[in-house]
Amino acid sequence: MIFSSLLETAWHALATHRMRSFLTMLGMVIGVAAVILMMAIGEGAQAMVRDSIKSMGSNLFIIMSGASTSGGARVASGSAPTLTFDDADAIRDLKDVLTAAPVSPGNAQLIYGGINWSTSVFGTTPDYVVVRDWPMESGGFFSDADVRSGARVVVIGQVVERELFGDEDPIGKIIRIKQAPFEVIGVLAAKGQSLDGRDQDDTVMVPISSAQQKIFSNSLRNRARFIMAQAVSEKSMGTAETAINDVLRSRHRIGTGQEDDFSVRNLTAIAETAAATTRIMSILLGTIAAISLVVGGIGIMNIMLVSVTERTREIGIRMAIGARRRDVLWQFLIEALTLSLIGCGIGLLLGVGGAWLVGRLAGLPVAVTPASVLLAVGVSFLIGVFFGFYPARRAAGLDPIEALRSQ
Amino acid sequence: MATPGKPLIEVVSLEKNYPTGAGVFQALRGVTLNITEGEFVAIMGASGSGKSTFMNLLGCLDRPSRGSYHLNGQDVSRLSSDQLAALRNREIGFVFQGFNLLPKLTALDNVALPLMYAGMAREARRQRAQAVLERVGLGERSHHTPLQLSGGQQQRVAIARALATRPRIIFADEPTGNLDTETSRQVMDFFSQLNREEGITLVLVTHEADIAAYARRRIRFQDGRVVEDVAVAEVAA
Repeated sequence: MIFSSLLETAWHALATHRMRSFLTMLGMVIGVAAVILMMAIGEGAQAMVRDSIKSMGSNLFIIMSGASTSGGARVASGSAPTLTFDDADAIRDLKDVLTAAPVSPGNAQLIYGGINWSTSVFGTTPDYVVVRDWPMESGGFFSDADVRSGARVVVIGQVVERELFGDEDPIGKIIRIKQAPFEVIGVLAAKGQSLDGRDQDDTVMVPISSAQQKIFSNSLRNRARFIMAQAVSEKSMGTAETAINDVLRSRHRIGTGQEDDFSVRNLTAIAETAAATTRIMSILLGTIAAISLVVGGIGIMNIMLVSVTERTREIGIRMAIGARRRDVLWQFLIEALTLSLIGCGIGLLLGVGGAWLVGRLAGLPVAVTPASVLLAVGVSFLIGVFFGFYPARRAAGLDPIEALRSQ
Repeated sequence: MATPGKPLIEVVSLEKNYPTGAGVFQALRGVTLNITEGEFVAIMGASGSGKSTFMNLLGCLDRPSRGSYHLNGQDVSRLSSDQLAALRNREIGFVFQGFNLLPKLTALDNVALPLMYAGMAREARRQRAQAVLERVGLGERSHHTPLQLSGGQQQRVAIARALATRPRIIFADEPTGNLDTETSRQVMDFFSQLNREEGITLVLVTHEADIAAYARRRIRFQDGRVVEDVAVAEVAA
């Protein structure tokens, strides 16, 4: 029998039972759409985490001021800065540490001309951009001398540049941060979102000394909320962490059994955990979607079995006029396959459309990968064959005389 | 007296047993007969006489339990189910009491169906089907579905389907059972014409004497055996 005849027969059978075919397909449609959408969301989330990790810098520690817990109760990290600039210097001098930068963060209002912009202000040292592996787009970063002298210079992020200056060249311009005038000496390159979802380009950086004197006006001079440190290599992360703990405990005179007044966190490990969590989440999403695909397949088998029973007489007639067993087998197999593949096609369209919609409306990053499309099509095909085979074999195994006698 | 031709059907000591709860039911208890090409045979008998079983065996829908059946010189009992299907497709046409058309297909598609299983291309089989429908007088109705046709027209579509692959032999199982007298007469006249003008061998199963009267040979079954095998023309004469 000719293949095109098989397709024609299958198509005709499906077209004469439009409603039933549609409902049967619906299972596959939802399954495939779910797989595509879930994998797109999972892939997007993973890509976002990967980008954030890449933008964070590598082999990083963040040393927070204040204990992570106090007598079992959690206290706000950095509520009383215990870390000093000298602590940062001591950490930087450790063998396993490449460099370290004290940071004093806060928020402030920026004014340039008639424009206001509220943003996060980082008081820090030139080491910060080394640790964060953060290049400049134009101009330069401030120097250690600027930090020592408390120079009123500022380096601005991409968002701040856009909001305050538009197309204007910001280098050399004076902006006011909490009324104090600062000269813009550089623009940072774009960095994108951080792991916690902040826009890292919506920021300005000033020498830590200037930040404390002119912007935050806090009395705790020479103290940092946190210190960012970078180990020389991934392998030395462990020894670096121990060394940082040791040097800070000795500098802060913390005896054995006493609680630390600081906490060291391995940012790289946190990032890896985040990456692993995202991966597990996307596997979970994909698995749930795959289950709905299998349920769709069972729906097809169910309907095909009903169809074989209903069409027993038709099968008998076909056999009497010369259909071989394999012709009947193919007829029902192709019907199941057609159902599953058309369902898959509609599901693909819905899934890709849904992914686009989620990307647009929810602002979630989504990425429909060729792999997910291939997977969905492949699985649909296998489901069509797997769940179509049993009913088809039942049809092909009918006795022509019995089949002709049925009503 | 029918003109002697070569034997198309040769049956020797044919037996068919069915297992039942109470043992084995012997539907056919040794039937031996020949049917030559071009004959018009009526098979008669009460229900349970074995005539339907015999018909199913001759139509290659079933295999005998014992005995031999040669169709056109070929030993049917040795064929696989796929070979039987091919044989049915090529050599045999069926006409049933309930017409057995596929209700969702047009008359044309119904007639073209056996040609599909013969492996004929779509256009060729549609052309052939249309030609056959014209021969049974339904050329104008080829795009109607069975439900849009009268009983007589449906039976003519069924006959066209049986003729589509140009078989040597047509088995008709109570072909007029669902038709009124006038339509029955038309169908039987058409069968006679086919037999007379084209030499197609006809085997007709019926329990109605006036329908059997169209045939030129009458075989009567009782309890799985042939109890009468006569040429009808001689009886009439």
